[in-house]
Amino acid sequence: MIGLNFLYPVAGSTFAAFAVLSLAERPRRPGNAAFYALIAASFLIGDRLGDFGNGLLVLAIVAVTTLGRLRPRADTPSAATPRGSMLFVPALVIPITALAGSLVFAQVPGLVDPKQVTLVSLALGVILALAICYAWLRPSATEPFRQGARLMDQIGWAAILPQLLASLGAVFALAGMGDVVGSLIGHVIPTGSLAGAVIAYGLGMALFTAIMGNAFAAFPVMFAAIGLPLLIHAHHGDPARVAAIGMLAGFCGTLMTPMAANFNLVPAALLDLKDRYGVIRAQVPTALPLLVFNIVLLWIVIR
Amino acid sequence: MLVLAGIAVIVVGFLLRFNPLLVVVSAALVTGMAAHLGPVAVLSALGKAFNTNRYVTIIYIVLPVVGILEAHGLQARARALIGRIRGATMGRLLIVYLLFRQLSAALGLVSIAGPAQSVRPLVAPMAEAAAETQSHGTADPDHAKALAAATDNVGLFFGEDIFIAIGSILLMKGVLQANGIELPPLALSVWAIPTAIAAFVIHGSRLLWADRRLNGMGQNPLGRQP
Repeated sequence: MIGLNFLYPVAGSTFAAFAVLSLAERPRRPGNAAFYALIAASFLIGDRLGDFGNGLLVLAIVAVTTLGRLRPRADTPSAATPRGSMLFVPALVIPITALAGSLVFAQVPGLVDPKQVTLVSLALGVILALAICYAWLRPSATEPFRQGARLMDQIGWAAILPQLLASLGAVFALAGMGDVVGSLIGHVIPTGSLAGAVIAYGLGMALFTAIMGNAFAAFPVMFAAIGLPLLIHAHHGDPARVAAIGMLAGFCGTLMTPMAANFNLVPAALLDLKDRYGVIRAQVPTALPLLVFNIVLLWIVIR
Repeated sequence: MLVLAGIAVIVVGFLLRFNPLLVVVSAALVTGMAAHLGPVAVLSALGKAFNTNRYVTIIYIVLPVVGILEAHGLQARARALIGRIRGATMGRLLIVYLLFRQLSAALGLVSIAGPAQSVRPLVAPMAEAAAETQSHGTADPDHAKALAAATDNVGLFFGEDIFIAIGSILLMKGVLQANGIELPPLALSVWAIPTAIAAFVIHGSRLLWADRRLNGMGQNPLGRQP
């Protein structure tokens, strides 16, 4: 079955290419090359390193990014000839292949790992688009990867932060963080008042999501601490509404936190914004009224 | 109780703008120690989770395609395209993108767009070019780019939960099940619809408001407000 066994070698080879080209281009600044080489190693041989070995790999990545001082390259004007509107074709091949793949693979069970259908389809789209670029634009074999490394340099350390934050979540879970926060909240909630419980649940979801970086970590804690005992048992709220609207209150928290690095910090780096928190600033005025909406909605449907 | 020290490390580290990778690893070590785990156990747990979460980082395989197309002028074409559409403004463009992102995410198609696939090569340069035209060149280009990325996130978050097989719906189903409540995924996903509509109205209004501000900029130097 096609799944991660296909995706990880593809990603590993891409990062290996970034590493080799970075080193060839700027041998006196090996920091970026070392960073990409470590990510490539994680993709290619991560399963053989063992848990502690992977822990050391994480430390090495952090050391390289803090001591190695990753630097983006100055944007050099491209020597390539500009092309017309046909440039949109390869760019659109990626989403169209991702869409077609998701639909087709769902019909052919056993071919692609059902959990990885979208990522596999996306990777196929990338490979197809790259093939079109080679055939049409005729760049040198390394040119697309040189350009890819240029964009990667711009993202820098932010590229690996989402994966590292997901790992931190695992350590938090191991240390019983959820139980501590849950019991803490259980003590401060006023029992009896529906409005108080709804507000605590909605704000708690948003706040704990902001701390943990994603609503998935916050939901089980808040649901067990407030949702189930107070909103469902004491106030007879419909479980589907309590769960669904609570999760969406958490998503409002995701919009406002640097801990959700893949949504908030990576785009800022990718778009070369002067303010690292520029995307968060653009989202807060949407997130706050939407959080209020969710809390009021939940109150109305339980009342 | 001591494990909360890990959260304190995160908050202080981000506020003081230390290297976030260093902050996260320090928080993991502090949390682990507070829970009486040895350094080796903490590092192993971190390494294990890092290895199982590698799929988060796969998305960067799109960069070679985006890079080579940009080298041949993709961003310039995107800017030119928006200039040719009559009546196109930054706000209207982003509202259309918001709707597209919400509807496609509601069908489960979450990976067809994103910061690397669509925002950087297409949507951000279009939004930036439209804002520049509207404001006669006086608008901060970062404002349009940040709004483009924000619109992508809002569309994704408040569209995907309508799809019955998305991760968050499955997680809720699992948590409810563990507490003895059996529910079909559809019962959960229909309750994502009111918030999806509210997100469209709130964010869409902000985009139209941003349009009004842009249109007023650069016309009357005396009336220009910061």
